[in-house]
Amino acid sequence: MLIGHQQPDFLLAVEGLTVSFDGFKAVNDLSFYVEENEIRVIIGPNGAGKTTVLDLICGKTKATAGAIHFRGKDLTKMKENQIVQAGVGRKFQTPSIYEDLTVFENLEISYPQGRSVFGALSFQRTPAVRERVEEVAEAIFLKDKLGMSADLLSHGQKQWLEIGMLLIQDPDLLMLDEPVAGMSVSERIKTAELLHTIIKDRSVLVIEHDMKFVEDIAHKVTVLHQGQILSEGTMETVKNDPKVIEVYLGH
Amino acid sequence: MESPRFLSRTDLLGLAVLALLLVVILPLSLDVFRLNLVAKYLTYAFVALGLVLCWGFGGILSLGQGVFFGLGGYCMAMYLKLEASSVENTKIQSTPGIPDFMDWNQITHIPWFWQPFHSLTLTVIAILVVPAVFAFLIGAAMFKRRVGGVYFAIITQAIAAIMTILIIGQQGYTGGINGITDLRTLKGWDIRPDHAKVVLYFVEVAFLFGCILLALFVRHSKLGRILVAMREKEDRVRFSGYSVANFKIFAFCLAAMFAAVGGAMFTLNVGFMSPSFVGIVPSIEMVIYTAVGGRLSIFGAVYGALLVNFAKTSLSESFPQLWLFGLGALFIAVVLIFPNGLAGIWRDYVQPLFAKLLDRRKPGPGHNGGTLGPVADGAPAE
Repeated sequence: MLIGHQQPDFLLAVEGLTVSFDGFKAVNDLSFYVEENEIRVIIGPNGAGKTTVLDLICGKTKATAGAIHFRGKDLTKMKENQIVQAGVGRKFQTPSIYEDLTVFENLEISYPQGRSVFGALSFQRTPAVRERVEEVAEAIFLKDKLGMSADLLSHGQKQWLEIGMLLIQDPDLLMLDEPVAGMSVSERIKTAELLHTIIKDRSVLVIEHDMKFVEDIAHKVTVLHQGQILSEGTMETVKNDPKVIEVYLGH
Repeated sequence: MESPRFLSRTDLLGLAVLALLLVVILPLSLDVFRLNLVAKYLTYAFVALGLVLCWGFGGILSLGQGVFFGLGGYCMAMYLKLEASSVENTKIQSTPGIPDFMDWNQITHIPWFWQPFHSLTLTVIAILVVPAVFAFLIGAAMFKRRVGGVYFAIITQAIAAIMTILIIGQQGYTGGINGITDLRTLKGWDIRPDHAKVVLYFVEVAFLFGCILLALFVRHSKLGRILVAMREKEDRVRFSGYSVANFKIFAFCLAAMFAAVGGAMFTLNVGFMSPSFVGIVPSIEMVIYTAVGGRLSIFGAVYGALLVNFAKTSLSESFPQLWLFGLGALFIAVVLIFPNGLAGIWRDYVQPLFAKLLDRRKPGPGHNGGTLGPVADGAPAE
């Protein structure tokens, strides 16, 4: 049986992935591979199934058919928290943080330790934890807001906090859904800088509309259209693909 | 960033004030009859304490805590009943040596599930383990399937109804609607006279403080913060790498165990156990105690249980028909006007008043420390 085996170079292998909502195939027989330390950007018009692909990988949506292999594990058979523990981190489109907790507590909860019930009971705020939280807070420009309740942050700061929560998880595969959406110009520049530092030494899967940003970071671009791959390759190749110009870039 | 200590200054103050009230003021000012009533009220404080953790922090509303209260209470009652049903005490029965209600129902031998309750050790274990296992089964069945919110509340309520029907229906094994009555001694020590009531009161207060300390520990641990996070954004907690179901099961089991300890103390202090403390109405009343006390406040739970029960006794002594309306009005008032209950009123109105008074006495830089300290401390928690 060779089916399901993939070359070991691939960190993530998505094969024949299909999901159908009441007969509508949001993602249709999709296959793509992400290598270690690769930065892959997924673009495509609205409704192309970009967010659904991330939902499928992180376990939020269950696949109808197909397989997602991450380091030899089939993610389609795992629960959300197991997928996180396997090393996949996800940032949602709208900032998704714990507003009743402080910035410090938000980051601390994301610290990858004490994730079982009794682990959480006996979890200690050791100097190592505190140091790491402060380090991440500094990177996400929130060092002076650690004690602040997270609901008092601005929209952009909430986005940063969520990026920080991912950063402290230290995932091998980082998935970002429109990380600069809804940000002011100055926040955008700062975020781009931040993303440049955190995408080092890991594989990243990004959904983004900002073409300048995409061109700047992408190793490879996948263009989705109606749940299928329209084109894949470097930004240069994709940009000159007549099919892509037709459905997406030309508009 | 200071790490949250297991016992903050506010907690220590809360413990001291509560200890002063329960250990000194009430025993000195009340006669044994009233003190025994307080002991009865306090048994509900255990349940309310569990609900603060499970409902207030974790967002899991259980309308069936009476089930666990009853399980604890019945375990205790079964032990006491077996001890009271010695051959000598029951020699007028057609089968001496078995509980009276079994004899009335033509049962001639003690059924298997009563056997462990000959031993006090096994009884104490059962008081804690039986409700925990039952809560675990319910929790695992519901939370693993991601049943939550209103659906969970309705199911727990249905379980409370089923439990009552079961107890009433199986009269020969459970004592039916009358419950298990005529309890006399615990290891030969008579629980009925006045001095025993006083001792039992203090034992109960000691257990209550044990449970409060445990609740404070859980609340200040990372698990406490995960519960708060879960109440707000359950899905997000999964993507932080936690199994939401396991944390909910834990909170629900702990609440069940607290309720069971309360139930067992109820049986000891009041001297009987019956299905009227198990069903839907008592279960909802328990939620009201928690809501009145402030569902986010561990100490509020105790005061809520005390005050509502005190009001219940005094109102139903003078106007028996009015009590239920009073209770309903109280619940509506809490939901509409004081969503954080007594603890909220304390935090929003009384504490700032104190802070203002203190500030007036020592003006200057103390201003910020005095008002912001407790508020910032309580903001994420309460």
